[in-house]
Amino acid sequence: MYVYQDYDQQLLNERVAEFRDQTNRYLAGKLSEEEFLVLRLQNGLYVQRYAPMMRIAVPYGMLSSTQVRRLAYITREWDKGYAHVSTRQNIQLNWPELEDVPDILAELAKVQMHGIQTSGNCVRNTTTDEYAGTNPQEIEDPRPWCEIIRQWSTFNPEFAHLPRKFKIAVNAVPGQDTAVIGVHDIGVDIVRGENGETAFDIYAGGGLGRTPMVGQLIGKAIPWQHLLSYIESILRVYNKYGIRDNKFKARIKIIVKAMGADRIRELTEREFELLKDGPMTLTEEEVTRIKACFPLPSYESLSDQPAELEQALAENAAFKRWYNTNTLAHKQAGYRAVTLTLKKTGRAPGDITAEELEAVADLADAHSFGEVRNTHQQNMVLADVAQKDLFSVWLALDKLGFATPNLKLLTDIVACPGGDFCSLANAKSIPIAEAIQRYYDDMDYLHDLGEVDINISGCMNACGHHHIGHIGILGVDKKGREYYQITLGGRGDSTSRIGEKLGPSFESDDVTSVIDKIIKLYVEKRADGESFIDAYERLGMEPFKERVYGTAN
Amino acid sequence: MAQLIKDGAIIDNEWTRLTVEQIEESGIPASGKIIVPLATWQSQRDEFIARGNVAVWLQAGEEPALIADDLEKLSLIAINFPIFRDGRGYSYARELRQRYNYQGEVRSIGDVLQDQLFYMWRCGFNAYEVRADRDINEALAAMKGFSVTYQADVHEPTPIYRRRPDWRVEQ
Ligand code: SF4
Repeated sequence: MYVYQDYDQQLLNERVAEFRDQTNRYLAGKLSEEEFLVLRLQNGLYVQRYAPMMRIAVPYGMLSSTQVRRLAYITREWDKGYAHVSTRQNIQLNWPELEDVPDILAELAKVQMHGIQTSGNCVRNTTTDEYAGTNPQEIEDPRPWCEIIRQWSTFNPEFAHLPRKFKIAVNAVPGQDTAVIGVHDIGVDIVRGENGETAFDIYAGGGLGRTPMVGQLIGKAIPWQHLLSYIESILRVYNKYGIRDNKFKARIKIIVKAMGADRIRELTEREFELLKDGPMTLTEEEVTRIKACFPLPSYESLSDQPAELEQALAENAAFKRWYNTNTLAHKQAGYRAVTLTLKKTGRAPGDITAEELEAVADLADAHSFGEVRNTHQQNMVLADVAQKDLFSVWLALDKLGFATPNLKLLTDIVACPGGDFCSLANAKSIPIAEAIQRYYDDMDYLHDLGEVDINISGCMNACGHHHIGHIGILGVDKKGREYYQITLGGRGDSTSRIGEKLGPSFESDDVTSVIDKIIKLYVEKRADGESFIDAYERLGMEPFKERVYGTAN
Repeated sequence: MAQLIKDGAIIDNEWTRLTVEQIEESGIPASGKIIVPLATWQSQRDEFIARGNVAVWLQAGEEPALIADDLEKLSLIAINFPIFRDGRGYSYARELRQRYNYQGEVRSIGDVLQDQLFYMWRCGFNAYEVRADRDINEALAAMKGFSVTYQADVHEPTPIYRRRPDWRVEQ
């Protein structure tokens, strides 16, 4: 994991001092609401429905056990004893007091954490595959490139006041979209250039929200030396030409669509000409230095499928099911990546208590080299668990309630905080997730259904990524009442695709029965071994529409 | 006389900025240092060059390319921030310095506030008309808050990875 140099720490300390001063000036009436808003957002502080909400940056999802313990401490000291894993792999606190935020930031800074650029109209936390570095299919570990982007984007003076938020994600697995780069403002796909060296296909203009779109290829096979110059060129074009007088048209996707990918490329190349081979050019030395910050853990030399594992798999069906669902193949022989499903029925997806955080930190220390990762599907990962230890890890996770074998299954629901917390919401999302989870309580049935992504957002801002759920649920407001619109066919798996609307929206009480109709139709129509999304793509929208709304219309 | 921050000091503002409306109403003053809108400059360019002591201000949306050919005739370009969170001016300043190699004064005007000044400086501004209702002394003092920058900027030609271990900012 990237460990701070003296300057990273110094910068962070100076930032804490700056924000303390800004908060004091605000409380003393020297900064207007509007001025302070921009400053606090860039430090992760929203003011929400009931209290401020604070978003803590977790660069590309990586946490050390020390950081996890500090988070637990903070939630006890200044919040209600729990934290929330967001779809940007960050951590959110739902109940801090505004006056306490400078102290919380100071506490975070002690473990190299902060809330910098986790909200506001600036470049946000860069995300990537939660299995980075362990995924046997990846071209290379994407995290060093994410760190390089993180440093470039942090307090970049030119891009602190963009027209709107700006999200970058990096994928390193060919034929997959592990970080849903297709729906990011910039998506970076690591490829092999003609010379066999690392290069990047750079997409721009993807995004969810009001006008969901999949990004378009702007830079093809950009050599690694020019990663930052190319991204900076795109940002400058956006900063200059992005729409600023209408919040709903301000994302880069709108100008990519309006001006066309060719024109955006032309403008980008004009900037790139100036920057290319200039001082921003990445050097072999620097990339090597950053790569060295992500060393391989000191793996033992083990072999796959050890006797302990084979025996446990043979003897314990529940363990076997969990093993098949929640653990993944690993680059290193004798290891697996383990996903903890933070989707307990009756609790907001992604929520985790202080005690649980500490237990996870202990498990990470004992079994995963002291590292934990957050996933964009609001789960956590212990990425480097020895196969011989899997059974005992499973027992421990089962006790914690994080071993539900439902990874990627229908009840592994992604949901934003919604109307229970968020002041922008049209409708609640957590109770909808809960109702679905309660209805589908038969694990055999869930396994028979296979992979189904359900994503729920409480409003058009799409923090729950509803457009890319195989089944998306969006809260809408109909004359002051909470309704839900359903989309089908979105994808955020092998590719990014935007779902299509099923039809008129539903009241909250009806959502589960609608999901049930959709699922039942799939079960009736599926070919042998065909997944929900494949069946949908074969069948199209019509039969689902008919089933849900009846044939009368 | 109103004051501004220039090159790290607080000085009197010798320039008067004119809007299109003011010019329509009262015309161009015969003497004194004036900053005129881009459109006015473009329409009376030759008279202004003959008059001397004329600078140009760019509105957000008016990029430096529009004045690129006249830069050597201008000792000051002002860039307006209609609202502090409109960040176009940062790119404009950077372009003036780095694309056009402009050496004159680049001044921020409009909604210019303390918490923006360090970023403005990094992008190539060297003068700042801090909003009149704010304490200009406090604003100047706050500019020195950061000793670390990751990226290259107008003053620091190299990003941090090329300047380690001597990474401290010289202001
Ligand atoms: S999608 Fe809407 S309701 Fe949900 S967290 Fe985002 S802004 Fe709030």
